[in-house]
Formats: sequence, structure tokens, C-alpha cells
Amino acid sequence: MTVGGAVGQLTRLLALIPWLLQRPGVSIAVAAAEFGITEDQLRSDLGLAFFCGLPGHLPDDLIDVSLEDDRIVVTNADTISRPLRLAPDEAVALLAGLRALADVPSPTGPDVLDRVIAKLERAAGDAADAHRNVTVAIEGAGPSQEALGAALRERRRLALEYYVPARDEVTSREVDPIRLLVVDGHTYLEAWCLLADDLRIFRLDRIQQATVLDTPASARSVPPERSMIFDSEAAPWRVRLAVGKNAEWVQDAYPCDVLATDPELVVELPVADLGWARQLVLRLGGTVRPLAPPELIEAVRRDAEQALGRYRGG
Amino acid sequence: MAAPRTERLLNLVICLLASTRFLTKDQVRRAVPQYADCATDEAFERMFERDKDDLREMGIPLETGSNEVLFDDEIGYRIPRDAYALPEVSFDSQELAVLGVAARMWQHATLAGATGRAIRKLESAGIDVDRDALSVVEPRIDAAEPAFAALWDAVQQRRRVRFEYARGGGTVAERALQPWGLVSWHGRWYVVGHDEDRDDTRVFRLSRVLGEVSPIGPTGSVVVPDGVDISASVRMLARPAPTQLGRLRIAAGRALPLRRLGTVVVEEPDAVVVDVPYDDVEQLASTVTGFGPAVLAISPVELCDAVARRLTSTLRSLAVAGSGEGA
Repeated sequence: MTVGGAVGQLTRLLALIPWLLQRPGVSIAVAAAEFGITEDQLRSDLGLAFFCGLPGHLPDDLIDVSLEDDRIVVTNADTISRPLRLAPDEAVALLAGLRALADVPSPTGPDVLDRVIAKLERAAGDAADAHRNVTVAIEGAGPSQEALGAALRERRRLALEYYVPARDEVTSREVDPIRLLVVDGHTYLEAWCLLADDLRIFRLDRIQQATVLDTPASARSVPPERSMIFDSEAAPWRVRLAVGKNAEWVQDAYPCDVLATDPELVVELPVADLGWARQLVLRLGGTVRPLAPPELIEAVRRDAEQALGRYRGG
Repeated sequence: MAAPRTERLLNLVICLLASTRFLTKDQVRRAVPQYADCATDEAFERMFERDKDDLREMGIPLETGSNEVLFDDEIGYRIPRDAYALPEVSFDSQELAVLGVAARMWQHATLAGATGRAIRKLESAGIDVDRDALSVVEPRIDAAEPAFAALWDAVQQRRRVRFEYARGGGTVAERALQPWGLVSWHGRWYVVGHDEDRDDTRVFRLSRVLGEVSPIGPTGSVVVPDGVDISASVRMLARPAPTQLGRLRIAAGRALPLRRLGTVVVEEPDAVVVDVPYDDVEQLASTVTGFGPAVLAISPVELCDAVARRLTSTLRSLAVAGSGEGA
């Protein structure tokens, strides 16, 4: 909702005054930052409220605003001391966000989330009606949801059976969980991996089994936030592919450089594990041709020959 | 100038909230100083009408009625406090922590702004939202598609929209849509609604919406049919309902994503036989071939043929690469 002019200012004042009543003596700077306005704008809002109040408009009827040493104290504003109900867009944004958390393992347990949603729905009333019209689906952890939530809550070590797609195998390892991240609709566990003795990120839907161990997780400081799960700089392989007409989407789907477009599209992809590239080429069944590295070409050939042999009565 | 109008509106809100009885227009005119200054009745009438519209637009519950139902009293106005104010609500410390996570999850300015206003209202009602709590859970939800803000507004206002949409093969078509809702699925946003040109339910990917989304017609004109499950319709349309079963033998510990899609029929010492539902045989064949010799298609014949054909053309393409590139 974008509102300007008098309606915008009034909407802000009706939110500002109850907020200030809760925080007598809050500084102008803090209040302005919280409401995303300049200090001048805040001063003019307050100046305006000062002239308003109950019918009669005698001094006792008016809202009292005192500004001493840039600290705000509002009194005598009982009629508008409670905030206005949630507007529909406010209710929708908050509730849709909360509902998205349902599939993310929670250190508090799922019932807490349900309670918060129920209370807010009740408090929002009609404004909550539309909240199911905005839905964020997050891929969670499935069956290991409980174990992950418990490990985070109790700060304990986890034993993971983790599927590594590039190698197409399940690995066993112990990890000390640090935190959960949600990126592009997938949830990831960031943890200290004792097998690699390094920080690792695990996609939750690839965790086949998670068991909470009795060992407490060793305390480690939370590393700075990451914005990207895949770091192309760190990818050791450069895979070159000739891309046929039916597979041109490949260049949009993965970060890559276009090396040639004529007579055919040739792209180069940074790849962390050749196994991933082998699967991609095999999946695309001849519409993509590996050009380099030779290890990739060999791996594709070996896999395809072996697999095909089984259909020819092998 | 906004300030005198804001002042008048604030006085109006306070006066209507303070009164438990309906106030007649004359009483309102006397109670709000800025109205008392009106030179003529017409000027006041015009001003008051406009102010009522503004309050209602803000979501302030302005009631009309009369105090004496039996007498044909003049119509009056009031704002019932319990309908105006955020109801009393309280949260325990765990619930406050969850609210704190929700407060920081949206990255998009429109949604972050709306969430921020909601959280501030809760805080203004004395609820101490723990904004730094549960730092072990950091969900970030973005909406990078340029069309998001306009479609969010349209869904909130129940307003029809028009936009240009890129179809496969590089063609562009204009669409008129009654938007019902927005869904984020695997990190991508979709809008679900009634496509007026096709007279049917359609799902559009926001990243394929080109240029501006123009609202058409009045707000409130879109009616979401009862029982529509927005997120289910996206899943359904994005992935057609599987109609057939393919039987696969999957080597132990391999091809987990494929194994998850199906039901295990037989457990063997070094493999499992799994029935996987599918709709598009080429799509399943593609997934199967990706795992190389770890997955063998057993039935139906069309699936086995499709897999074998794909493997054959992969090998043929390698022969081309070998002779042409000398790689």
C-alpha cells in the first residue's frame, strides 16, 4: 500500500502515537529510523498531533507532546492509545511468512508456530481472510524435521546420512549444527562437518536420516551470512558443452559463459564436481555434447555403454 | 498542503472514537474545529464526505446508524473502539521468538514494509517481539521479479490486470487476468488466476512477465472462487498429475531423488525395485538416464525404449565429438 498526503500521514500518526506511548522518552533518532522517516518529518508529525485532541479542544483535551533533549514523551492520548487493527496487506505479509515456516525445522517445535498463526488470525479478523492467497512453499526436511529442530534446540551433534547428488551416493558423517538457511525455496543446514573438518552446507531434502547424538555440539561462532549457496569461483572444473537446439535452456538454467553461437552454441560452466556434469549430459540424451574435459567425456561414455548393455540383454 | 487536512482527520477520528453514541453531522461539525471554520454548509458537506471516504480507505471502521431505533432519528456516525483497535493478544516467549523470525524473513521492500508495520502495531499494543531471537533460523524470502510489486497490489486490491507474457519459442502475447493469488514455488513466483482470453484457470511465471503490469477496472472486482487452493493449483499445473507407473531397479544407496518419488515393490540385497508414477515418458527416461547404470528401467516397454534411445544418442554424440574436436 503506497499512501502519501494526508491519508499517509494520518496512517503513520495512528501507528506512531501508540508506539510512542509504549516507549516514553525514546529518542527522535530511534523513532524516525523505526518508522523510516526523517527526523524533520517526525518533528512535523509530532507538532501536528500537539494541536489535536478531544472535542472542546481545551488544553486538557489535547494530546501532549514534550520534546526535551530530543527525547519524546507523549501523554493524554488515551482515545488513540491502541494501534489500529492490522491492514489486509500487513496481515497477509506476516501470516504468509509464518505459514512458510511450517516446513522449516524449528527449535521451538511446530506447535508454537501453529499457536502464533491462530492468535494472529484471530487478532487480524477480516484482514486475515486473504492470507492464503499468498503462499510460499519451502522444501523442508521431511522425516528428519524433528531431529533437526531438537539438535538446534539442545545444541547437540547430529549423525547424518546425506545424499550427495553429484556422486550419487549416500555418505555418513557427524556434524555440529550451526543454523538453517532458506534460499530459493530450499532449506539448508549450515554445520561444522567433522568428516571434512570444515564448514559445510546440507540441503535438507537430501538428508536421508538424521539422528540426534548425546554429544553436545562444540560451540562455534556463527559465520557471517551467506547470500549464495553455490560459489562459482571455488568450482575447480570448467566444463565445455556443445548445446543442441532443444537444450538451449541450459545456458539460462546454470551460470555459464557462452564461447560460441555459430555454427552451434558452446558454453562453459564452472562445476564443483564432474559427477554432476556427467549426470546432466546423460540426462539430456545427446542434445548436449561434452567437449571438455576428457575425463567427463570418458565418464559419460563409460556410464552410457554400461547402462545400454543392460537393455541389450546384458 | 497535507498538514491541515491531517489535523482535521485526526480530530475527526478522535472525536468519533471518543463517543459511544452516534454523532450527527451537526455534532461532528461543531466538535472538529476545522469544520467549524467552513463558510458554507455545502463546503462542510463536501469536506465531510471526502473525509469519510479517506477514513474508510484507511480501514477505519466508520459506522453509521442512529441512537434511537424506534424514532426516525437523524443518521449519525461513530467509530466503535473494539472494531478500531487491534484486539488484546498475548504471546509467550517462544511465540515471540517465532514472530521475530517472521519479522525479518521478507527481503522484498513491499512485503518487508508491510511486515514491519504489522510488527510495530503488535509492539505498540505492548507485545515485546523478540527481533533477534532464534538466529539459528534465517529464512530469507525474496521476490526479485520486477512484476511482483504490481501483482501483489492487484491481488490485495482484487483488481484485474493486463500484461505481456513471453511464451516458449520467443513469442509474446498480451494476457488479461483476474489474479487470485501469488505462490512462491522452488524460489520462483507464480500468479494464479482466471485467464479472461482463455476463459480458464492459468498459472503464469512472474519472470516471464514483460514490462509493466497494468491494473484494469475497479478494485474489488476480482472474486476468488470458493475452495480454490492457490498453492495446490500451481503444483498441479507445474507438474501434471501422473497417470502411469514405471518400474525401476535402483542400486542400493543410489538415485535417492528418484527412489523418493516411488513406492518400493521389492527389496533386494543390493537394489530396490520401485514403482514411480509419471506422466511424460521422456521426462522420466531423462531422469533415469541421468543416473547411468545405477537405475534400470524394467517396464513398461515404452520407458525402456526411451531410455535406450537416449543412451544411444548420447554415445552417438560422443563419436561426433571424438572425430570433430579431437578432445
